[in-house]
This record gives sequence, C-alpha cells and structure tokens, in this order.
Amino acid sequence: MYEIGCLYSIIFRKEATILDFYNHHLWPITIGGYEFWITTTIRNTWIIMGVLILFAIIIRWSISKFENIPKGFQNIVEAIVEIFYNFTTSTMGEKNKGFAPYYGTIFLFILFSNLSGLFGLRAPTADLATTLGLALITFFMVQYFGIRSKGIKGYMKGFFDPVPVFFPINLIGEIANPISLSFRLFGNILAGTMIMTLYYSIPFWPVKIVIPVALHGYFDVFSGVLQTFIFVMLSMTFVSGAIEE
Amino acid sequence: MGNIDGGAFILGMSALGAGIAMIAGLGPGIGQGFAAGKGTEAVGRQPAAQGDITRTMLVGQAVAETTGIYSLFIAIILVFANPLIGKYIQYLEQIAK
Repeated sequence: MYEIGCLYSIIFRKEATILDFYNHHLWPITIGGYEFWITTTIRNTWIIMGVLILFAIIIRWSISKFENIPKGFQNIVEAIVEIFYNFTTSTMGEKNKGFAPYYGTIFLFILFSNLSGLFGLRAPTADLATTLGLALITFFMVQYFGIRSKGIKGYMKGFFDPVPVFFPINLIGEIANPISLSFRLFGNILAGTMIMTLYYSIPFWPVKIVIPVALHGYFDVFSGVLQTFIFVMLSMTFVSGAIEE
Repeated sequence: MGNIDGGAFILGMSALGAGIAMIAGLGPGIGQGFAAGKGTEAVGRQPAAQGDITRTMLVGQAVAETTGIYSLFIAIILVFANPLIGKYIQYLEQIAK
C-alpha cells in the first residue's frame, strides 16, 4: 500500500488519500491450527533475497572458470570481495579474517533493504522485527565467542571487572548493545519512510517533480548507507572486543 | 471543566506526551554539532587525514544519535500504536464486574 500510495499521488496528482506507511497483513497461512500472516515486511524480504540470489547466480554463470590473473567482470567481483575483507581485517584484526563472509552478507542485505525505498518497496528494516533479529544474531555471537575464547570462568569473571560492584552495570551494558543496535537502524529507516510518505501526500503537485530526488538522496541513499556501515562496524567491534579481552 | 470522557482524555494526554518526548531531540542536535566542530578542527590541524577523520566523525555521530531515536520511538508508539487505550478498556471491564 505504501508503494501504491506514492505512485497514486505522483501520477494522478491528487493528494494521497492513503497516508500509509504501515506494515500490512497480506496473506494468511494456517499451520496446524495456528494462523499467521505473511506481512509486507516478509514479502519485501523475499524480494530482496531474490535479487541478491539472482546476482549471485549471474556471477556464477558468467565466470565459468576463475583465472589467476583476473580481467573484466571477474576484476570487479574480486575488487568488491577485497573491499569486504579489508573492511573486516581493518576493524577486527588480521586473525579474524574468517568473519568477512558473514559481515559481507549482512552488509549487502541491510544495504539493499535500506535502498529499497528508492524502488518503491517499504524497507524491511523499517520493521523492528528485522533489525532485532539481526542485532540478536550479533548478541549471541558475542556471548558464544566470548565463552569460546575465554572459557566459562573467564567469561563470567569478565562481568566483575574492574570492581565486583560493577556486575549489574556490566550486565545492563551487555543487554543494551543489541537493543541500541536494533533501535538505531529501525528508527532511522522508519523515520525516513514516514517523512517520505508525508511528503508525497502534499496536495500540491509541482512539489513532487524534482525535489524528491534530494529527499530520497538524503533519507534513502546517505542515511541508508551510513546506517548499514554503522551497524556492521559496531557489530564487528562488539565481537572483536569479546574475543580479545 | 465538566465530565471528560476517559478514552478521549487518554488519547489527548498521549498526544501531549508524544510532543514532550520529542524535546529529547535537543540532545543529539547539540552533541552531534559539537562533534562536527571537533571534526572540522581536527581537519584544520591535519588536512591530509580528512578521509579518516570524516569517517570516524560519522561513526561517532551515528552512535550519539541513539537517544534521539529512543525518544522518537516512544513518540511514534504513543501516536500510532497507543497501548494505553487497550489497558483502559481492560480496566473498564474489570470495574464493570
């Protein structure tokens, strides 16, 4: 409905009577007596997954054999992969190079989600469910790698540093990490979505000719790219902090 | 003042609360502006490091923005997905028993 509302207000030059950036229930699915709905967020996530998988398949088909000295398309692909590896090693250190594929995936998914506002989709990251899921993955990674690299005793002792009185403060700090990660991404993208919807419902049609380019450029492109960068970098910082200390 | 309907009162106060919550937008405005000032000062001292300084500044500003986002979240919840009306209805049903 968000997409239809924007198009309706641009093409038919009437005010959008549907002022609507909500997450709608689209199709119901009944599994074993429990009914749940496919929402706009889920459908848009599938669309973005489809796009990313399509890119992967195109790359796989067009480079049948990887040469040692790359040329052409393989050059671009290798450059992109190298950017992700450099980003990971510069934030987390050389020995944590193995995290680069995971963080590259998360980076691409969040980037395409945030930019999907440019294509008329309601961004899946404008739903707290998506961002909370991603932040919880980071949270469990931090706990797991903390326990794995320091042992259970060392991990527990970490909560009592520097002074044993700090235990509740450290605990709250641990829990605040995924909450703030998820809310930062959610709040920024949702605010952009709401402002664009309100803007497109202005009943004065000349306002929608060229000026939305600047608004999309700020809210979708700049804010979207910056927020994905922040999310991935903070996630990397948390995990590398848990491994080191 | 007369008798004000309970539900109307709750909705009106929620709208007021949402407005008051957004006063917290003051914090990130000042903090991020201050960080930007420090950033430009650093670039003035060492213009060759402009790329690094800009990136660090943007990261710091995005983290400092979080409390503003928290207040925006509360305001949005109060205006669009108000939970207090549901509680009021439950309360009325309890009293009616």
